[in-house]
Amino acid sequence: MIYHAPLKDMLFALNELAELPAVCALPGYEDCSVELTEAILEEAAKFAEGVLAPTNRAGDAGSRLVDGKVVTPEGFADAWRQYVDAGWIGLRAPQDFGGQGLPALVALAAEEMWCSANLAFSLAPMLTLGTVEALLHHASEELRNTYLPRLSTGQWTGTMNLTEPQAGSDLAQVRTRAVPQADGSYKLSGQKIFITWGEHELAENIVHLVLARLPDAPEGVKGISLFVVPKFLVNADGSLGARNDVHCVSLEHKMGIHGSPTCVMSYGDNGGAIGYLVGEANKGLAYMFTMMNHARLGVGVEGLALSERAYQKAVEYARERVQSRDIGAADQQPVAIIRHPDVRRMLLTMKAQIEAQRALACVAAAALDRAARHPNPEEKARNQALLNFLIPIVKGWCTEAANDITSLAVQVHGGMGYIEETGVAQYYRDARITAIYEGTTGIQALDLVGRKTAADGGRVARALIGEVRRTAEALSADAQMARLAEGLRDGAERAEACVAYVVDEFARDARRPAAGSVAFLKLMGLLLGGWQMGRAALIAKERLAEEGADVAFLSAKRATAAFYGAHLLPQVGALAASLLDGADAVLGCDDAAF
Amino acid sequence: MKALVAVKRVVDYNVKVRAKADGSDVDIANVKMSMNPFDEIAVEEAVRLKEAGKVSEIVAVSLGVKGCEETLRTALAMGADRAVHVETDAPLEPLAVAKLLKAVVEREAPQLVIVGKQAIDDDANQTGQMLAALLGWPQGTFASKVEAADGALLVTREIDGGLENVELKLPALVTTDLRLNEPRFIKLPNIMAAKKKPLDKLSVEELGVDIAPRLTVLKVAEPAARKAGVKVANAAELVAKLKNEAKVL
Repeated sequence: MIYHAPLKDMLFALNELAELPAVCALPGYEDCSVELTEAILEEAAKFAEGVLAPTNRAGDAGSRLVDGKVVTPEGFADAWRQYVDAGWIGLRAPQDFGGQGLPALVALAAEEMWCSANLAFSLAPMLTLGTVEALLHHASEELRNTYLPRLSTGQWTGTMNLTEPQAGSDLAQVRTRAVPQADGSYKLSGQKIFITWGEHELAENIVHLVLARLPDAPEGVKGISLFVVPKFLVNADGSLGARNDVHCVSLEHKMGIHGSPTCVMSYGDNGGAIGYLVGEANKGLAYMFTMMNHARLGVGVEGLALSERAYQKAVEYARERVQSRDIGAADQQPVAIIRHPDVRRMLLTMKAQIEAQRALACVAAAALDRAARHPNPEEKARNQALLNFLIPIVKGWCTEAANDITSLAVQVHGGMGYIEETGVAQYYRDARITAIYEGTTGIQALDLVGRKTAADGGRVARALIGEVRRTAEALSADAQMARLAEGLRDGAERAEACVAYVVDEFARDARRPAAGSVAFLKLMGLLLGGWQMGRAALIAKERLAEEGADVAFLSAKRATAAFYGAHLLPQVGALAASLLDGADAVLGCDDAAF
Repeated sequence: MKALVAVKRVVDYNVKVRAKADGSDVDIANVKMSMNPFDEIAVEEAVRLKEAGKVSEIVAVSLGVKGCEETLRTALAMGADRAVHVETDAPLEPLAVAKLLKAVVEREAPQLVIVGKQAIDDDANQTGQMLAALLGWPQGTFASKVEAADGALLVTREIDGGLENVELKLPALVTTDLRLNEPRFIKLPNIMAAKKKPLDKLSVEELGVDIAPRLTVLKVAEPAARKAGVKVANAAELVAKLKNEAKVL
């Protein structure tokens, strides 16, 4: 098996930690249940393992641009057809437009599988769903009816066109122009770069969402509008019309995710690409931000998914590779390297973070569902605030960790890991982008210290730290979890000091908390991940006392939680020190010293 | 014509099976269970016959514990129209299964029954043959090809040394072999639709069948671990070992 979906751990995170039954009870999710979710995820696992995973290596050979058309890697077109036929793209797409409208929590588990199986491929449906979300919330009824039924079913795909050569993280610099036409449409011209799946032949049509400026638009972020620009214009009867003036002029040569064509898109080379305004003029950036939470959660899951697949490969190799005797045994016979303490340390470092991250991502997805559907306005608002706080952490922590974890997977393989044919190097290369796109780790960390912590005076952060303390308290009677309980108690104290520092200093001199912002993000990730492992350990203990308990799984969960407490939580102290006492060292260094 | 397909809930084929410590049975606690792969082929064949317009309705039947409902939902998601669950916690031997299925067949009156040639847990390979005998129907076992003709069924059977073509008068029974078809991946909308399809419950008492075990399990043990091999110096030594140690010559 090249990839085995971790169904047991997924279901544990969904059911026990993210409280799936409560999510299914939300208005609009009544069709969903724990049993249905299990049935869906079992089939999703078969599809990810049997159809998508086998195309991943071929995908690494990359997409190519031939005569303006993108030729996708071997197997991708067939996988896409099967993916669409099976209806997987519709998991969380709206029911009114042909989707199943299931909770984000359920979809998240399936999306982890797609990303583990073939990240480059999975970006096509992910961006399509982003397009669906943007149009659903902001487009006119006419645009929705034209585009959503075909996007929700994967007949067409969608893209996000934000970045331009001079406008990366700073979208105020966007220069693409949109000129109003007599018929109410617009003509767009300009160049967009880094457009994932910007051109391909998998689907009949591609729907580009494009940020551009109107002629009279104010400077900066308040002058950016959002447009729909289809590759093929759509006739009144829904059939496809003329080819629009938008073309892929080149593909980037990337470090990883080679299967996904990253396009330079040129708009209006022959008179202007016809586009349609989404919502109101000059609100484009705000519209993009409404999808940001889900998109960033999705990228966090991408990191987690690559960590999982790399971990599986490392475990498989560690069990098979026989090398050197067991350091503590008299027996001179060489043993499988999984017996060597440092290899175990590496594998557990991977496993413990993966499980903690999966749990935290699921908790965030449940908050997203509650924020969208909870009938009680207070609960809705509380979950929205919780989600807003968790998003930069899930995105930043899971993707930074994915770089470390996929690197450890290479390390477990020794020299063989560095050889491309082994296959583990691909995960390492693929993972690198996840900490960059959809907002770099630095951007996530600034979001966390500014909008998510300083802006509310640390209210949400302190509420979460309170939860961590409660879990630490509950764990204190659990001897096997002594280190975890202590780590959580100590971590909560340090995190509280960090929150106070961020809140106070942000108003005084924002450069100071900014200098330690990534440390703060990682600290919160580690601590909240530890909180989830603590909850998991407590629940596992309860379940173990029940008749017919899954002893192997639940004991492993507790052992993993204990490792988290002993090896990972101690890093919280170092990260706190670098935030609290490290600003001068960053800011005091003269530019000339670099 | 109406088709009835029997599906068994078994330990998933990916699971490494272990014997219980007391040697009484296979340990299935907390083990992933799924539909017997040969039965999946049976459901797939029925669905293909329905898609070809040869079958009008597919009824999936499963016998056993509550968890069989999941197996039936899988059959419904694959394309069965409705399901019948004969619920019992009692262990069922092939003869009991055949008798229970006969009772269900008498209620449902299908023209065609398709079952897997064997289940991957006990590998008995008996139920289909026993059921056909009890019903007095013609049977096409180990089918690698099934074609519906006018009032009859053309079945290609995999037999030792080749293939055998038989023509069965309806009603008839088919047991599926591995090469009959490759079951499809289930579509998401069909999983959603499956939970709304009817799933009826029957009890062993209602069917009036004696399911008392007739076999006694003496012991369930795992195969002995493979021993390390030895190098032999020449053919003569090999022959001697085969004769004296392995005692196969």
